[in-house]
Amino acid sequence: MSPGAFLLAGVLVVPVVAAAALALIPGYRLSAQVNVLASFVTFTLAAALFRERPEPGLFLIVDDVNVVFLVLSTLVGFTTSVFSAGYIAHELEVGRLTPVTLRFYHAMYQVLMAAMNLALVANNVGLMWVAVEIATLTTVLMVGIYRTHQALEAAWKYFILGSVGIAMALFGTIVVYLAAQDVVGEGAEAMAWTVLVRESGAFDPALLNLAFVFLLLGYGTKVGLAPLHAWLPDAHAEGPTPISAVLSGLLLNVALFALLRFKMVMAGNSEALPPGPMMITMGLVSLLFAAFMLYRRSDIKRLFAYSSIEHMGIIVFAFGMGGPLANFAGLLHMTLHSLTKSAIFFTVGNVAHAKGTQVIDDIRGLTESHSTLGWTLVVGTFAIAGLPPMGVFMSEFLLVSSTIARQPLLAVPLVIGLLVAFGALLSQVTHMAFGDGTGEPVGKPLSHLPAFIHLGLVLVAGVFIPAPIVAWFQEVAALLG
Amino acid sequence: VTTTLQFDIAHLLAGSLVLVSFMLLYQARMYALLNLFAVHAIVLSLSVAWQAYVQGAPHLYVTAVIALGFKGVLIPVSLHRIVQQLRIHRAIEPVVGVGPTMLIGMGLVALSIGAVIPVTLGSESLAREDLAFALAVILLGLLMMVSRHNAVSQVIGFMSLENGLVLAATGANGMPLVVEISVAFSILIAFIVIGIFLFRIRERFDTVDLRAMDDFRGERQ
Repeated sequence: MSPGAFLLAGVLVVPVVAAAALALIPGYRLSAQVNVLASFVTFTLAAALFRERPEPGLFLIVDDVNVVFLVLSTLVGFTTSVFSAGYIAHELEVGRLTPVTLRFYHAMYQVLMAAMNLALVANNVGLMWVAVEIATLTTVLMVGIYRTHQALEAAWKYFILGSVGIAMALFGTIVVYLAAQDVVGEGAEAMAWTVLVRESGAFDPALLNLAFVFLLLGYGTKVGLAPLHAWLPDAHAEGPTPISAVLSGLLLNVALFALLRFKMVMAGNSEALPPGPMMITMGLVSLLFAAFMLYRRSDIKRLFAYSSIEHMGIIVFAFGMGGPLANFAGLLHMTLHSLTKSAIFFTVGNVAHAKGTQVIDDIRGLTESHSTLGWTLVVGTFAIAGLPPMGVFMSEFLLVSSTIARQPLLAVPLVIGLLVAFGALLSQVTHMAFGDGTGEPVGKPLSHLPAFIHLGLVLVAGVFIPAPIVAWFQEVAALLG
Repeated sequence: VTTTLQFDIAHLLAGSLVLVSFMLLYQARMYALLNLFAVHAIVLSLSVAWQAYVQGAPHLYVTAVIALGFKGVLIPVSLHRIVQQLRIHRAIEPVVGVGPTMLIGMGLVALSIGAVIPVTLGSESLAREDLAFALAVILLGLLMMVSRHNAVSQVIGFMSLENGLVLAATGANGMPLVVEISVAFSILIAFIVIGIFLFRIRERFDTVDLRAMDDFRGERQ
């Protein structure tokens, strides 16, 4: 077994073994530690994959594109597990979770990690679909874990919309196979993504078009693109906060990655409909819609859930524009959004504990009553709103300038959307962060460390990105076409 | 080599599946709905078995047996018991009336035939017609999910939709087994999830009518 194959197997097996172990371990302290340890091991293995790649097979592959997603995904998975350890201790104290549901929660967390890693390294598009489906189902279960009215309704809505999306994605996958088998022949070859990309020039363009419409709608539901986003705010608001962080930071990216894989297949066929315009439209609609929705949110987790829809819209827009610069901006924006948004959710979870509420109107003067927490929220919100010197500003700036250079008219709605969202986030956060602190601090705050690490990375990205990372991203951007 | 008879039988079975999907749309009583879903699954398994025979692909018989045993018998029986336990065998009220629902359904069938047949001119006719029918079953399943308020009937809509997916997957010649297994597997998981949800919903709301949950929709104040 080559070192690369060993690492690849590790990325998939470690979370599965950890999930089985966590289902059996009774004490919450030990299981939280095991959860953190397993996530850390997975992260180091994924990072090592960057250097040592296994030979691509028909079912699994590690290439320049998915290794970016994999490293990001396991990193955020690890920091979230650190945050989760403090979070669940508090949830046990107040009795929102019982020891049994906690075991279930930890096991599901690792199953989710395994499923996302599998979706990213799958070369077989059917296998990728299965992995996305498993990831969806585990998050459905976790969203409903509090078993309140709202949590159950959110989980049900997520389940129904998610299954519809996933069904459309499978239909699209089947049609892709039909298109491929005429050229490649029957069997596993016709589902291998590497073969699809290589041969797609000879596929029937009409079949590819039909397939891509379904794939865009199907995986687009999971990305949270408007008008298929209805599940997203509820699922973020009603589930445990670590899950909101993982949903926004990772699962949306995984679905986006699946979409990008098929975009590359489409791009290989000159007669098929160009996928770019469709993605640009859906991206802009999501951006504008979510930006205006930000103003009237009254729940802090919903507020940032809508912000996730907005940013996924920006990223899909960037990849829809295509070309080296826009793809680079999209890739950078996706990375920074994952880091920033999960940091924000860590902070929001902390705020909800400290103030005992998620209602924005009841949160006042955070910088007075909890200065570290308040300022972290302010910095995080500034970062996601795209203020310099944070990294999100860089990626948004790159995207806007490349759009102006190529399609000036498209830059208008893009900039309007960005500004509207900027204003909304700022007005909402000043409301919460400044003024007289109301009420006594309720709980003791959780660790700020995961949020600090993420925001630190985002700040570094805004000021100075090391040359090897720039080169790496440029290479991937060129591959994305 | 596909003979006319083989083609006709495949056509007949897939067409019957669309027909049963239509009948699912207007069933007003819970037990009738469950029985009809069993018929849906049985027709699917026949269709899959026929594909297995025509394509000479023995692994498809496994899919047919799963469709028959799991979706044709096991799920309807357990849903029967759930319905009994929850005492929800009263009439279901569709959101839109039967007439408009049927009209929309016809539109969807026309849409799927119109969308699939022209783009698959190059493929084998067996795959073509099957794909069109499969898309029709999928869209009718979607229609059922949005036109019903009751959780059990939404689940049945979802499962009929998955039946359409199985039909599409088996109609594609030589599609690797991994997908078939995964389809069956996901149905299994989906059912477990749904089962848990149903019980929890019962536990909390004393009804599985989703309108009872709509009170909680939207923002928490």
